[in-house]
Formats: sequence, C-alpha cells, structure tokens
Amino acid sequence: MRLTPMETLLTILAVTLGTQITRWLPFLLFPERKDPPGVVLYLGRVLPPAMMGLLVIYCFRNVSWLSGSHGVPELLATAVVVALHGWKRNVLLSIAGGTAVYMLLVQVVFA
Amino acid sequence: MDGTKSGFSRALKAAFPATVPVMTGYLCLGFAYGVLMADAGYGVGWALLLSVICYAGSMEFVTVSLLTAAFDPISALLMSIMVNARHSFYGLSMLGKYRGTGWARPFLIFSLTDETFSLVSTLELPEGVERRDFYFWISLLNYGYWLLGSAAGALAGGVLPFDSTGMDFALTALFVVLFLEQWQRRGNRPAGLIGLGCTALSLLLFGADNLVIPAMILLLLVLLGGRRKLCA
Repeated sequence: MRLTPMETLLTILAVTLGTQITRWLPFLLFPERKDPPGVVLYLGRVLPPAMMGLLVIYCFRNVSWLSGSHGVPELLATAVVVALHGWKRNVLLSIAGGTAVYMLLVQVVFA
Repeated sequence: MDGTKSGFSRALKAAFPATVPVMTGYLCLGFAYGVLMADAGYGVGWALLLSVICYAGSMEFVTVSLLTAAFDPISALLMSIMVNARHSFYGLSMLGKYRGTGWARPFLIFSLTDETFSLVSTLELPEGVERRDFYFWISLLNYGYWLLGSAAGALAGGVLPFDSTGMDFALTALFVVLFLEQWQRRGNRPAGLIGLGCTALSLLLFGADNLVIPAMILLLLVLLGGRRKLCA
C-alpha cells in the first residue's frame, strides 16, 4: 500500500463517481416521464449492434499481429466460435468450444 | 403482470443459463483483479469495496495502477469518465427496455457493465417472464460473479489450482456470439459493420490504449450521418 487509507478511500470514491456518472447520465437526461426525442430512439436501436462490434474489436486490441503468434490463436478460436454458433446456435456451446480451443492453443501449441 | 414469487423464480431460471458465460469470464477476470490488488498491498476489504461500489471491470484494473502511483483523485475521476464513457451509450440503448422497471431500475442502471449490457440488449425476453425480473436477475447474477471473483483473488493472492491462461477468452467469445445474434436481424447488419469498421480504424489510428473514445465519436458520427439510409 503506497497511499494512506484516506487517500485510498478518496481514489476509490473518485473512480466510483466517474464510473457511475457515465451509467446514470442518459437516464438523468431522459427521465421516464418524458418521451426521448426521435434521434435518441434511433440511437437506442442502432447502438447495440454497433457497440457489440466495438467490443469485439476492443477484445482484440492487444493482439500482436506482426510478432509472437501473429494473432493465430485468436483468429482460430474466433472461427471456432462462429462455426459452432452457425451450426448449433447454442450460446454456451459456442463460447465453451471457442474458449477451450483458445486455452489449448495458448497453453500447448503456441506456448 | 405476474408479480408472484413463482414468477420471480421463473425469471431466475431463465436468466441463469444466459449468464453462465459471464460467470466464467467474471470469475477469471475478477480473480485476476483481486490478485493484482493483493500484490499491490491492498487486502480483500479494499478489493471488495471497489468492486461493490464502482463495479467496472476494466476501470478496476486501471485503479490498481492508480493506487500504486501518486495520490491524484481528480485525474482518477477524469480517467474513469473517459474509460467508461461507452456506458452512456449503453444507457441510451436501454432507456426503453428499462422503462417502468420500478424498484429494480436504480440497480439496473448502477450495474450496467459491458457484459450485462450485451446480454440485456441482445437476448429476447423468454415467454412468460416479466421484463423487470429477467433483467434484474441477469444484472444481480453478474454482479455476484464479479464480487466473488474479486474476493477469491484477493484472498488467494495468486494461487490457482490449475492453469487458467486464456480462460478470459470467454468474454471475447461472448461478445462474438452476441454480435452474431445481433447479425441475425438483417436490419442490424449495417450498424454492426459500422461498429466493427469504426473501431478497427480507431485502433489503427490511435493504438490499443486510446481507441475507445475516438471509436465512439466516429461511430456516432457515421450512425447519425447515415440515419436516413439506416432507417429505410
């Protein structure tokens, strides 16, 4: 512990405040009683698929494409997820299969 | 409206299987976070406090480094707003679905993480289950997994009975699967591609550490600019 307990507490409270501001802001701007404007409804409809795209790329942000394993474990495991999901469309199976393949690749094949 | 006890437990039964991938990911990542806190010299009490009141995976990892640097709460506040700005987009998307959720609503808003958002925004509401109860259980279960992982990591301080390297891929796989679920609906495809494209471009231009904010701005501009086309 490098900070004093009071400094630690204040840092934790600051981080919490910032995080919770980002979560509450839209709900405070557009309270339940009022109908949000059309553009907000439109964003509410198109943002989920767009943000899912963002999160997928975000997960791959630290992959080193030019060195190390060149992203092969990530791409192979993702291909397994896509293939399993196209085949059975079972969320748990797709995720378990992809994760198992990835663990095998990084622990054994590309270790 | 089924406000009975049986309706509530039926919602739990429907919600639990949906949260299993998050359980895997959160237990692993929460554990890793707890270990880092322990390594930095902070006990289980501190590790849990941050998880209980802040509850934001990636930001908690950043906080570990803030707690080992010089004391600077203003930077900590600004950084947490930057790192979690995407949560405001989640809120915008959930205005409608979280409407009229009554007593559960404050907790639903408090606990809207990446993973919880991806589930509540993508999954179809199962037949015979009340919306409020379904979202409440998904949110509460995920919260519980994260707290459990954090506490276990801080207590164990780095000793795992098996090699879990790569297990955090479960969350990547979860996002890929939920992207595919969104993709099933034809109308979602352009927006999905815009999300992938803008973020990939932002990664190329700004690098791994600074990609989120530019990506959000970029995809917001493209989505707003293409409103006419995307609505058609």
